[in-house]
Amino acid sequence: MTMHVPKLGNTPSRWRLEAIPIACVILASALPSLLPVLVQSPTLPPLGLLFLLGWRLLHRELWPLWIGAPLGLADDILSGHPIGTAVFLWTLIMIAVETIDQRLMWRDYWHDWLIAIVACLFFLCGGIILSWLAGSSASLQLILPQTLWSALLYPLIVRVIARVDRWRMMA
Amino acid sequence: MARAPSRRPGVNRRAQYGLFASYVIAITAAIAGLLMVVIAAADPAGFSVIRSTTSEVTRPVAAALRSAVSGIGSLDENVFAYVKAGSQNAALRRQVEANRLKIIEAEAIKQENVRLKKLLKLTEASDSEVATTRMISSSSSIGRRIARINAGSLQGVMTGMPVRAPEGLIGRVLIVGPNSADILLLTDSQNIVPVRRAKDNVPAISSGLDDGTVEIRPLSAGRNPFKPGDIMVTTGTGGLYSPNIPVAVIVSIKAGTATGVPLASPARVEAVMVEQPYEANIPAPPQPATDTDQPAS
Repeated sequence: MTMHVPKLGNTPSRWRLEAIPIACVILASALPSLLPVLVQSPTLPPLGLLFLLGWRLLHRELWPLWIGAPLGLADDILSGHPIGTAVFLWTLIMIAVETIDQRLMWRDYWHDWLIAIVACLFFLCGGIILSWLAGSSASLQLILPQTLWSALLYPLIVRVIARVDRWRMMA
Repeated sequence: MARAPSRRPGVNRRAQYGLFASYVIAITAAIAGLLMVVIAAADPAGFSVIRSTTSEVTRPVAAALRSAVSGIGSLDENVFAYVKAGSQNAALRRQVEANRLKIIEAEAIKQENVRLKKLLKLTEASDSEVATTRMISSSSSIGRRIARINAGSLQGVMTGMPVRAPEGLIGRVLIVGPNSADILLLTDSQNIVPVRRAKDNVPAISSGLDDGTVEIRPLSAGRNPFKPGDIMVTTGTGGLYSPNIPVAVIVSIKAGTATGVPLASPARVEAVMVEQPYEANIPAPPQPATDTDQPAS
């Protein structure tokens, strides 16, 4: 893990260090409901999850293991999933990422990308399957465009997070 | 990235308990999440207060952005028209489409008249409109097809009210907040609308496929009566949508069903109207004289 050196004489406040990643993920979750885009089929990738994974894979010690639950709740409320969907799926993803971290000696950029794609696929499939419980009958093919967008967008999101992280550390 | 220092705390008992507790919290939270999904499935309106509150927060931003980019939904159409046959094409095509819809509606109304004359003289309140508003955003990252409109309970919108555009049916109101409401679009698989073919009365059921199209399933057994180009309008059966709102045009035929495309595309409609549920418009039938139908005993 790279160590960021704050400016001399300035230590970023603890509040700033902890609030920025969380605000970042919640803002990403809220983005689809803020954008004035009216679509007929799911097209935007799960931005909240991509940002969560980006931060988690960048800073292992940033969050406790259960961070998927509160941030997932925020995502459920903002995105329109049945409440509890992302709480359940994000927590499982966080536990899985933790397990992978314990197994892998070295995690390359490609590993991060693969983890993000698999996690997105899991979340999107899980979201559709859990929506069947609520009486929907959406087909699983619907997630293919979203998965593709997620895979293409993740490298960009990692760079955005790196920028924000640098700003976060430079008090 | 190099392997990060392990979370495994070694022999420190306190740290071991902390790690164990974080797993317990995470797994409990996951199970609680699953339970919430089940509860939400059983009682879809249960969590609607939370969602409508957040929609109040995001509404101003979405509404402002929507008014800033209004018309971007038809941008592709305009560009295409220019490339194809010059700038008039888009306007002309839109006019033809409007005329076609008017003809469909007139045809349907004519039919309706014939039928109604045979039936009782039901009077229908003409002003069933509750609010005219704009759609400001939609659930673009999830499987359910939900859009948000810029009007809520303060404007008289209530859960279950039908929403339509001049071009056709949009959906019905799902969750209402003070100034915004979520609507379940026609293309959601949970939105089931009784329809009939506009030119004759072949009845069918329209249900969304979640990908921008609807499935039209004929009610009568036997061979599929539909062919591409057929226009479906609402029947009014079930008492939610008033009759003769254009719903979809059939584009392809499968074995027992047909696939239709909604006539009102949420991305292109400028304004939507929230209406009273249809059954609320029908006055109660006149009370029969009580002395005549009392059996003599």
